[in-house]
This record gives sequence, structure tokens and C-alpha cells, in this order.
Amino acid sequence: MASRVDITPAAAGVLRSLRGTHGPLMFHQSGGCCDGSSPMCFPEGEFRTGSSDVLLARLEVDGVEEPVTFWMSAEQFERWRHTHLTVDVVPGRGSGFSLEAPEGVRFLIRSRLLSAEERAALDG
Amino acid sequence: MTVYAAPGQPGSPVRYQDRYDHWIGGESVPPAKGQYFENPTPVTGRTFCEIARGTAEDVEKALDAAHGAAPAWGRTSAAERANILNRIADRMEANLETLAIAETWENGKPVRETLAADLPLAIDHFRYFAGAIRAQEGSLSELDDDTVAYHFHEPLGVVGQIIPWNFPILMATWKLAPALAAGNAVVLKPAEQTPASIHYLMSLVGDLLPPGVVNIVNGFGVEAGKPLASSSRVAKVAFTGETTTGRLIMQYASEHIKPVTLELGGKSPNIFFDDVSASRDDFHDKALEGFTMFALNQGEVCTCPSRALIQQGHYRDFLDAAIERTRAIVQGNPLDTGTMVGAQASNDQLEKILSYLDIGRQEGASVLTGGERADLPGELAGGYYVQPTIFEGNNAMRVFQEEIFGPVVSVAPFADFADAIKIANDTLYGLGAGVWTRDLNTAYRAGRAIQAGRVWTNCYHAYPAHAAFGGYKSSGIGRENHKMMLDHYQQTKNLLVSYSPKAIGLF
Repeated sequence: MASRVDITPAAAGVLRSLRGTHGPLMFHQSGGCCDGSSPMCFPEGEFRTGSSDVLLARLEVDGVEEPVTFWMSAEQFERWRHTHLTVDVVPGRGSGFSLEAPEGVRFLIRSRLLSAEERAALDG
Repeated sequence: MTVYAAPGQPGSPVRYQDRYDHWIGGESVPPAKGQYFENPTPVTGRTFCEIARGTAEDVEKALDAAHGAAPAWGRTSAAERANILNRIADRMEANLETLAIAETWENGKPVRETLAADLPLAIDHFRYFAGAIRAQEGSLSELDDDTVAYHFHEPLGVVGQIIPWNFPILMATWKLAPALAAGNAVVLKPAEQTPASIHYLMSLVGDLLPPGVVNIVNGFGVEAGKPLASSSRVAKVAFTGETTTGRLIMQYASEHIKPVTLELGGKSPNIFFDDVSASRDDFHDKALEGFTMFALNQGEVCTCPSRALIQQGHYRDFLDAAIERTRAIVQGNPLDTGTMVGAQASNDQLEKILSYLDIGRQEGASVLTGGERADLPGELAGGYYVQPTIFEGNNAMRVFQEEIFGPVVSVAPFADFADAIKIANDTLYGLGAGVWTRDLNTAYRAGRAIQAGRVWTNCYHAYPAHAAFGGYKSSGIGRENHKMMLDHYQQTKNLLVSYSPKAIGLF
């Protein structure tokens, strides 16, 4: 089945650990400078989404009870919707208020183009 | 050319401490939880000091110190506050070279920039706000013969400031100078990627300020930044960073009905009209340098001119010359004054840039030069270096729409004035822009039509104090770098005074 967002095993491992410490989790994809263009991970509900946001995925993560939601602002999504996103993790330092930074890692988005079939399935 | 010795090495005038605690109440204060994190230099990737890993307890302690100091500081005369800012500037000027080396080691940027831009601009910024606060006046309105409204500027009290990592000392100065001039006490959190150079600065100027007026709490965003941004004890939060954290800070501020100022980045267009190439003269040369400004500070600038729009009449000629100019960039040891492009500030920043080089290719953008990680020899092999890169493509591509924050420019042609403005404004952001033309009517109309807070006209990447800097659209709220920033750190007290002895007659 076509999806907009996947997660690497390494990133899933970090999510399992963060879930144990912080409870249910969410992502909001950031834009703009410095730590931007990166997925920010928060306790679910910490970041208030609204009518300006789009829910791209409910990520199923082995060992995490509930799905991890993945959000993006709607206007940013309009410029990203032709690409498939994979949440990965790399050694890193800072990241706004994202939860993983103190662990010495940073979530990172890797992208590929959606195929025509995937776009048809996802965009209807 | 000079190659400076690395801080701490024989021959270097700079020695970082092995460990930095918080700076609270005018002294070093260890973190409540006793934890520290390692701080690597991007130049080699090796750790050079440890930094306090602050938590909410440390933020509270800093807020205690700030609240203790704020009332007296707020009553200090403008002349005295200005004198202190000027003394800070003088002390920095006397230590300009060592501060520049320290900043380069911390951030990875070339020392020619810290010597020529970061530190001179920071010094001037303190002096500018010293002058601005001396010259500021309240106002009065004579409402009628018996009634006068007086308007006084009063400080907010204690403010929180969260600083980015791309210009650690200069961005701290942009926030500190107006806040202090206006009479506020500050709790400041440096970026965790560049936590040390501000402490090096405080080791030089800390004695000039009353204890508690400036407090620095280090740590990670979620552990130290969030308690500061969400505290009911700060009267305002100033933040430079990205959109998600900017929104989160606004959400926290809304809980306490507190104002924020935000600077959240951009995707700045740099527009080159045909007439730029009418002659191969100094102006043409300057415009080529203006194109190459995308590589300034390794592209880690909120206003990086990361979209170059070139009119189709001279497109190929100008682009060829721009590629040549870009290939002439000298990349290498940031401590060498001959180096133009140094290291990205962190490993995750390097990885993010590489991920954009990947999606740019996948989307069909052509790599005209660069496009890879730069492998540098010897000690620098562990550092975070990226080749200056030119993509050619169209404005719908992700590399044209998202801030990469690396030495990467995406180039597209445009047909005419209307086409240029349409492409320039087809972005979520509106922080900076560049316009290059010999026709001043075109320059004026383009500058007014572009939806951005700063339009450099026949120049780029100049950041003088006294020129307002801030964003349209998703690029933020507020204007730094100008005396109008004082308004963001003050509130208005109105005394409405009747000089009539007579009752109104209603009761």
C-alpha cells in the first residue's frame, strides 16, 4: 500500500526508547532556518496542530503501542507532496525542542520521488 | 595569509576552558543535575570542551538572578546603560582577533569572516544601541488646555532569548544589545551546537555588567530552551530558528499572554536582470560576487541567496561566469585567512545538506558544480565540509523551496520583470532578496514588489546596524538591527494627567 512516510529501523529504535521516557509521540516537519527542514519529535499533543496542518501518516513502530503521528504545515505539504519521506536518524547535536537531541542523535528526512502509481493512490 | 594555531595549541592566543558551567548572577554555576555534554569543533570534529547540560532547575536559578537584578537595572539612567554597552564594545574591539579565532573554532566559519564581519558588526551593534537609547525620547500629547498624556518607555523586566548557531556571538549581540539598552535583564540560551564562544565573550566582558543582568543557561532545547520559553517568569521571548519551534514558542507564549519576536529563515531570491551583463565592468564583477554570496558562512545564513534567478537574455553567459567564480572559492582550514568557505557547524547539518543534494538530483536538477561532501586532508578529515554547489532546475523543486542551510544555490531563468517577481514570491518565506540591475527604476519596482523584509539592491549580505532586518510571511515577526527593536523590549506607560481642579460634573 502506498504511503507518504516511512521510518528506518534505526529511527524506530530511537522512537521506542523515547516512547519509554516521554510517552506517546508525534512528529511535526519543520521548515526554515538553522535546525529547520527537519522532523521535530514531541510528546503527542505538545505541539498544537490546527487547520493549517496536514496529518501525513500514523507511523506504526514495533514496540510502540500507539501510532506516531507525522504532521506538516499544509502550505509546506503543497510543496513536498510529490515526494516520499523516510525518517532516519544520524549522530547529531541540536534540534529545536525535539526530544532526541540529548541522546546525541538527530532525526533526519530522506526523500525520494513518489511514483505515478503512488501519487494516484495517495492523491486520489 | 595567516594560519592561526588552533585554540589551546602552542602559539594560539585563545584558550578555551576544559569545561563551562552556566553563567548566572555574575558567576559560574554548575548544573543542578551535574551533567555536561561534549562540544566538538566542526573544524576537526573533535571535542574541545564540556558544557553544562542545563535543566529547568538551572533556568529557575537564572530567572531568580535576573528578577533580582532587573528592577535596579531598569532604573539605571540611559546614559549609564549606554556607557556600559560602549565599554563592552571597547573591550571586544581590544580583543577582536582572539574573539574571531574563538568563534571560528566554535562554529567552523572562516576566520576572514569573523575578523571582517561577525566581530566588527557585533561591536558596532553595542555602540549603535548605546547611541539609540541615549537619543530615545518619550512623547506627550496635549489633549486640551488642562489634560496631558505622557508616554514613557519602560523595560519589560526579564526577557528570554534563544540564540542560533550560525553566528553565535553576533546573533547573541543582536538580541542582547537592544534588550540591555532598554533596561531589561536577560536569560539567554545559546544553541547547543555552539555553546562555548558566548562564555569566552563573557570571560572578557562579564565584569562590566551588574551581576544577574545577563545570565546564560546552556543545554538542549527540550531540556533548557523549553523551560525558558514556556516560563511565566519571562515577559517576552526572542527566538531565531525554524518554523516548527517558532510556532511552539508562540503557543507557549499564548499561555501567558506574552509577546514574542521570531526570525525563522527564508529562501531568498537573488535576481539578475539582463542589463547586469551590458558591460564587463566593476558592476558586472560585483554582481558575480553577489551570486557567489550563497556560499558565505557555508550557506548557513537565514538570508542565504539560495535561489538565483537570471534573466534569459544573458542567462548562459552570466551563469558560466558565475560557475567559474564559484569554482574559484577557496575551501579549507577555517583558521587560514585565505579560506573563503569553512566547515558546516555540525554533523547533522552536514547530513541534512547531503540529503538535499540527493533529492535535488532525484528531482532532475542538474549539478553544475560541486554536489558532494568535500574531503579535506589531515586533521580536517573529521570535519564537516561540503563543496559549494550550483543546481539548475525550476522553482517547484524542493531545492528551490526549502532552506538547505548549506553552500547550495538553485538557479532558474526568468523571462521578464513580471516573471521574475512571480518566481521570487512563489515561496513560503520572505526574509531577504537581492536585485541586480543598472536601471534604478527596475530596481525600485522590483524591491517594492518582492514580499520580503529586506531587499538588497545591487549588494548582498550587508548587515549594518540601523537597517531594519526581519521577515514577511513565514519568516517571522519583528525587526532586529534597528532602533525599532527597542519597541520590542519596552512597554508604554501612559500617564493621563488632569491639571484642572474642577469636577467633571457627572456625579
